[in-house]
Amino acid sequence: MSEAPALTPVAPIPVTVLTGYLGAGKTTLLNRILSEPHGKRYAVIVNEFGEIGIDNDLIVESDEEIYEMNNGCVCCTVRGDLIRVVEGLMRRPGRFDAIIVETTGLADPVPVAQTFFMDEDVRAKTRLDAVVALVDARHLPARLKDSREAEDQIAFADVVLLNKTDLVSPEELEAVERTVRAINPSARIHRTERAAVPLDQVLDRGAFDLSRALDNDPHFLDHDHPDHACGPDCDHDHDHDHHGHDHHGHDHHDHAHHDHAAPSAIHDLTIQSVSLRAGPVNPKRFFPWIEKITQLEGPNILRLKGIIAFEGDADRYVIQGVHMIVEGDHQRPWKEGEKRESRLVFIGRELDREKLERTFLACQA
Amino acid sequence: MPTVAPIDLDDHCLAAAFLGDVPAFALASGLVVRLDHGTRRHELHDGLLSATVTWDGQGLITGGEDGKVMRLSADGTETTLRPAARKWVGAVAAGPQGAVAFAEGRQATVLLSDGTERVFEEARTIEGLAFAPKGLRLAMARYNGVSFAFVQGSAPALDFEWKGAHNQVLFSPDGRFLVTAMQENALHGWKLDGKPGAEQRHMRMTGYPAKVKSLSWSNKGKWLASSGAPSAIVWPFSGKDGPMGKAPLELGQRADTMVTSVACHPVEDLVAIGFGDGMVLAVRIADSKEALLRRPGKGPITAMAWNRPGRLLAFGTQAGDCGVVDIAG
Repeated sequence: MSEAPALTPVAPIPVTVLTGYLGAGKTTLLNRILSEPHGKRYAVIVNEFGEIGIDNDLIVESDEEIYEMNNGCVCCTVRGDLIRVVEGLMRRPGRFDAIIVETTGLADPVPVAQTFFMDEDVRAKTRLDAVVALVDARHLPARLKDSREAEDQIAFADVVLLNKTDLVSPEELEAVERTVRAINPSARIHRTERAAVPLDQVLDRGAFDLSRALDNDPHFLDHDHPDHACGPDCDHDHDHDHHGHDHHGHDHHDHAHHDHAAPSAIHDLTIQSVSLRAGPVNPKRFFPWIEKITQLEGPNILRLKGIIAFEGDADRYVIQGVHMIVEGDHQRPWKEGEKRESRLVFIGRELDREKLERTFLACQA
Repeated sequence: MPTVAPIDLDDHCLAAAFLGDVPAFALASGLVVRLDHGTRRHELHDGLLSATVTWDGQGLITGGEDGKVMRLSADGTETTLRPAARKWVGAVAAGPQGAVAFAEGRQATVLLSDGTERVFEEARTIEGLAFAPKGLRLAMARYNGVSFAFVQGSAPALDFEWKGAHNQVLFSPDGRFLVTAMQENALHGWKLDGKPGAEQRHMRMTGYPAKVKSLSWSNKGKWLASSGAPSAIVWPFSGKDGPMGKAPLELGQRADTMVTSVACHPVEDLVAIGFGDGMVLAVRIADSKEALLRRPGKGPITAMAWNRPGRLLAFGTQAGDCGVVDIAG
């Protein structure tokens, strides 16, 4: 028998999910992505054709349809329509370089994201790149009062565009950003007008890619930390980037969003985040712990992300999860001079901070 | 020795078929290729999503991303059954007396040969369609079960409920069983020959390591072959309760790849099994005896069909390296 020809592997197509309330600026961002000269072709999955002004890209209309998986797990939901559309699109992969999913204002981002982990066919052919939430700076306080979805969308995002900043005062903007940060301490926040953001800040982020996710973010969770001083490799958007606060130098104690006394003043939030730090941990304790936590608390956990230092291990271990789905892998060797500590953030509802902290610390080597 | 006549079409093959004696390959781009004294190319759609052979075996019904529904006849005649529309046509089915059904989103339409049109609305997306072998009745697979509608008259649809998403539906050739493939790695079945008003009789067929994409009934409906495992999973349906309480056969097991397509022979109890690496085996159900029909190729087997006498097998792959096997050489 002659040697079989090699199967032709297809590189997984990146998928960006856009969430945000009606009027927050999703369509503006989408039109920007489709019209800027970046040489990339996008397939766009929308709920309604609406006002997308570009007709030379591939736009597919799809009815949002949530499927519960038949495994008894209430949080195991996927979007049936995305499975079908992505499967169809991927049969003709030469037409586009990436997929963008625009969700409706009231959409729950979780089933969208879980589709890319739970459906074997979708997972084989695509990779979820990032969830981008558009937030209307002016209307967010009202949205948070009347809907759980607005909060979920922020909590679940990797990138938040705090849009329509021209419609609020600097004080209001500070307050809104503080709220966003209180809901989601690990997201990148960009302040924008008319969704104007460099596209490399929303596309090809690798936010769910274990080898890249937290490497983009050398100061993961440091922004919560009083000892953090921004270095040149810190690419978080800080107030000083936009608002001429440079004269404050890099002393972030001045910055409102690092002030953890403030979020307690925000009454309408049901989501909380729990950021944990520990020294190197023992894998024999850590893995059973994270498994148990996600099994028991999975329905309450929207996202989790972490960098873990294992005792005696030369490599960093990165971990991320959505509800009960947890993925982890060795990422790269610890750099010389890099502090070997374990950092983990949980974003969700009804999280028992004290218990998480205590049990995580008990995993220490 | 079987011989293979290859044809490289460089596109994902969704369906392989014989229209009369003419092999045909329906490709994801919307092109359908007929091998009729040379290669005949038919640009039926901008993006093809679904295809099925008519009951008389003389035509192919296709649905596309362009919203069109087309019929291609064995002689190459192209007929537009429904012009371009906004939604994707995700499923098509052919029925008795030239009936055709197609689904777009939550709506299914039946076209009868006399020009009558009948529309059915469902609460959820219709993912699979099948006509019952007798009578003019249409099964629509959807989330949480199957709706079974009478095409004529005003009787309401019967609901066959089972929790979960059902994305493909088919009847056994004798009409006694209704079977669906699910989003979960499982098949579900209902016994249809119970007394009217009696409790629904369910059949759960589980244990697959992957989603079941391909299903095929043996010629008299004694067996149902399926993909989704390293071997073809073949369920016995000859008893009155179908496969309940019985283990399926596992035919053509491979260690390093999965079965991606199955096609039962039209005459013998024999099943063609296509694999993830492009290999095709023929396996006799009675004694599991295997014969190699095609060596591994460039991509997973996605479609197979026998001609009526069962001497030729057309196959298509994800990479487009398609062909026709003559099992008698």
